[in-house]
Amino acid sequence: MTDSPITGSTATPAPAAAAQAAPSDSGLQPGTLIEPARQRAPGTAMIAIDAISKWYGDFRVLHECTTAVAKGEVVVVCGPSGSGKSTLIKCVNALEPFQKGQITVDGTKIADKATNLPKLRSRVGMVFQHFELFPHLSITDNLTIAQRKVLGRPKEEAHKRGLDLLARVGLSAHAKKFPGQLSGGQQQRVAIARALAMNPVVMLFDEPTSALDPEMVGEVLDVMVELAREGMTMMVVTHEMGFARKVADRVIFMDQGEIVEDAGKDDFFGKPRSERAQTFLSKILQH
Amino acid sequence: MFQNFDFGVVASSLPYLFGQGMVFTLTLTALAATGGVVFGTLLAMMRLSGVPGLWHAAKLYVELMRSLPLVLVIFWFYFLVPYIGAWMTGSPNPIQVGAFTSALITFTLFEAAYFAEIMRAGIQSIPKGQTAAAQALGMGYAQTMRLVVLPQAFRNMLPLLLTQTIVLFQDTSLVYVLSLTDFLGAASKVAQRDGRLVEMYLFAALVYFAVCLAASFLVRRLQARVAIIR
Repeated sequence: MTDSPITGSTATPAPAAAAQAAPSDSGLQPGTLIEPARQRAPGTAMIAIDAISKWYGDFRVLHECTTAVAKGEVVVVCGPSGSGKSTLIKCVNALEPFQKGQITVDGTKIADKATNLPKLRSRVGMVFQHFELFPHLSITDNLTIAQRKVLGRPKEEAHKRGLDLLARVGLSAHAKKFPGQLSGGQQQRVAIARALAMNPVVMLFDEPTSALDPEMVGEVLDVMVELAREGMTMMVVTHEMGFARKVADRVIFMDQGEIVEDAGKDDFFGKPRSERAQTFLSKILQH
Repeated sequence: MFQNFDFGVVASSLPYLFGQGMVFTLTLTALAATGGVVFGTLLAMMRLSGVPGLWHAAKLYVELMRSLPLVLVIFWFYFLVPYIGAWMTGSPNPIQVGAFTSALITFTLFEAAYFAEIMRAGIQSIPKGQTAAAQALGMGYAQTMRLVVLPQAFRNMLPLLLTQTIVLFQDTSLVYVLSLTDFLGAASKVAQRDGRLVEMYLFAALVYFAVCLAASFLVRRLQARVAIIR
């Protein structure tokens, strides 16, 4: 079996045939529907979100949200701003506490007091809207610091893995630079590589392209598409409906803290059931 | 105007002024600044911890120290520290710690309150997203602070910390109230002994000015070197 090039993980193998069917450097055309190739393991939820609710004081941010992301599945979460989608995804690695319900990630219950949250988070990759690379560290150090200090990997091994991934996102030439010297798109690619360096079992993306100049959105989405094709389990908060059409298995639509629609991609784009989702889609697809 | 001045007295007292006075001043400044930064960081972290007990204790301490004149604190500790020492060791008599130790403790504790406020601002200036990113990579609180937040905060705070240290360098002259001889104290002694007040105080002022000017210049140079590229 071949390791998938980006994830380097054998946990979510991409079948060899599928890898050929979807070569990583294929010129991606907007709107084309390429059925993602991955091993689906129905019933084994990587992320199980069970009736979670969250309040800021009296204000209810999340209300009884329930959904699941299966191993190898790509789920896109969309919705108007303030709908709670970013909050929901931050609950998955416990960056945001919630008051009710339970989230289980790869068998570990987050709301369980005995859960070692740092340990859990080290297995869940997260990519932020504003990249959040560490500006005082070189790109190489950004890629290796958590591998060494959290996972305890030897320096050489961490280096090798970091630089391999940097090459995979096409930024080898920038290893010695600092984040401030890179463009937004480049920083976000480094941030993806940094998360992948930890060999995560799942990747969370919180509006990864919202803070980018338009001409840089493509390069980041390309990396994400490739990652999806390699079989990474992904939960992606985004407004990039082109990305959703291309690689998502399911689309979750949120509004006012509730999951309004949770449907397969084709169903969602073809015939959204709720009026709110219809309105939302008509607004963002208009232009 | 200067015809009655005798700057020879300055030249002849240079070894004493610098060999003893300035060495004392610099030693006290360096030790108190180091201690102040360490204790100040701790206070700042207490204030930012969100734990009510720690938060209140740190806030009370900082507010108290910043409300008192330094001379008062110096006196206060000079008379109090021996009794605290006795109380802590269970000794029946006050423990004599000496004027220097007493001054060092005072300056450290006093400066810590000022450093703490600089630190607090510095730590708060680091965006929340940085903490989130560190946590998302699996770092605990200590690692997040040590590897991500504090290194950035220190860079941001460096000019203020060093400026405060320059103020401390000047403030150390207040040790004269404990009959300690710092640079100004040494100049003062020579001035009184030889009846050359104007020359000695003029010279002392020049030296303070030169040292502080040079230090400010170095701060700017250093700032440019460690600044984070954004």
